[in-house]
Amino acid sequence: MITSAKYWKNVTEEEAHSIKAVINGVSCLVPMDNENTDYQNILKWVAEGNVIEEAD
Amino acid sequence: MSTLNVDKVDPSTGTDLEIGTSGDTITIPSGATLTTTSATLNLPTTITATTEVKTNKVSPATGTAFALGDSGDTFTVPSGATIVNSGTATGFGITQTSFLPTAAPLIVNGDMAVAQRATSSTGLTGSGYFTVDRMHWQNDTLGTWTQIQEAQTSGDAFDAGFATAFRVDCTTADASPAAADFLQFHYVLEGQDVQMFKKGTSNAETYTVAFWVKSNKTGTAQVNLYDDKSRICSGTYTISSGDTWEHKIVTFAADTTNAIDNDNSAGLEIGWALDAGSNYTSGTVATAWETKAATDESVENLSLGDSTSNDWAITGIQLEVGTYTSADLPPFRHESYGDNFSRCQRYFQQRGKVARIGYGAGSCHTSTVVSGCTIFFPVEMRATPSQSQSASTEFYLTGSGQNQVCQSDTLGNEGISTMGVTTSAVGTSLAVGNCYWLNTVDGDGYIEWSAEL
Repeated sequence: MITSAKYWKNVTEEEAHSIKAVINGVSCLVPMDNENTDYQNILKWVAEGNVIEEAD
Repeated sequence: MSTLNVDKVDPSTGTDLEIGTSGDTITIPSGATLTTTSATLNLPTTITATTEVKTNKVSPATGTAFALGDSGDTFTVPSGATIVNSGTATGFGITQTSFLPTAAPLIVNGDMAVAQRATSSTGLTGSGYFTVDRMHWQNDTLGTWTQIQEAQTSGDAFDAGFATAFRVDCTTADASPAAADFLQFHYVLEGQDVQMFKKGTSNAETYTVAFWVKSNKTGTAQVNLYDDKSRICSGTYTISSGDTWEHKIVTFAADTTNAIDNDNSAGLEIGWALDAGSNYTSGTVATAWETKAATDESVENLSLGDSTSNDWAITGIQLEVGTYTSADLPPFRHESYGDNFSRCQRYFQQRGKVARIGYGAGSCHTSTVVSGCTIFFPVEMRATPSQSQSASTEFYLTGSGQNQVCQSDTLGNEGISTMGVTTSAVGTSLAVGNCYWLNTVDGDGYIEWSAEL
């Protein structure tokens, strides 16, 4: 279950290439890669009306 | 010795003629021929031939069966001899035509030996991978569960060579699931790993799924195959005795339509339906491939979530090309733990949980950032993985004569790919230009990467 999602910029990056999400209570960095099933699930979560927060 | 030369000896009366007396030995000399052509030769129950019997055929005296030897006998087929199946004879077990061998079993970790994440997890109310590698738990608001990798010490599954099993215990029951509630044990294969089923071709193969199962619940339950085209084909099995390991073999039809994509995405899924609400139970078991209808997914409903007394365990999962029964099912292909572990790492890897384990060294280019700590994955992962970790305070940046605890709550995932990641970490008052080594403080520190299906 996804409870939050926020675009993530590494400290060495100017653009976000990942999403920091909490999935089943675990915080993880999900790459924006269509073969990654966590990312696929985030896209479904967004399609259900949820929003990915902007990166800091 | 005297010699009697006659051309024929007949009974003096009647039709019985006796030669010699009990205990006598009657010898037919070497070189002589005893001809019984067109005669009936009634032999005793036991014939003893200490050298060799030559014949072109041995058949039953009556009926259609005969025994060869007795229990405990040994029959040796000499080197160079061949036993040939004429082509349709049965009883030969695995034959080249009936069995398409694979170098390794199609199911990864089917013996439940590898559990990188944990050997137990409690309070599970959702879906995910929690304990045994590759084994997915799908729970759409149907009870709360404890999941364990259970060591086996007795029972038929243990006797068959399985020392571990995947087990779930219901800790909060849901005896009246809402219509959309669903509970399923689930295994997913990549499309490129199931091309030998030739789905979508005129030569499409059938499927056999075999496994050991144990539950306090008895009755009929359902196993579903799903393809990547939203189609389903189902079979059933029956748990006959509670709390007893039973071996089940479920076969599935071939499908000459809807080829599975030959890639690294989910191509074939096996789902053991365990409980569901009415949205999933009102249809029929789809014994032929069809467009997936939710109503058909849990028709044979085990209702595993209806009591906190319930548990369900499985091990020894195998998927075979073709249709098999208990008489001819290919044996489970046991792998070494190391080979099994490596195959699991395609989908999940964890490094850490050991004090001072290293993740490479990076350079410090600001007073707070170390970057360039390169971590190579020992096995290429299925896809670019998600990265998670223990608390950053479980990691040191070691260099310039100090162990500095990481400050950020997230290690970086710069350049992450299927082959590795170059991570960054945040400290305080670092020496710019120096090199720092990222490592764990103690056995609680770890980083995980998941590329599960």
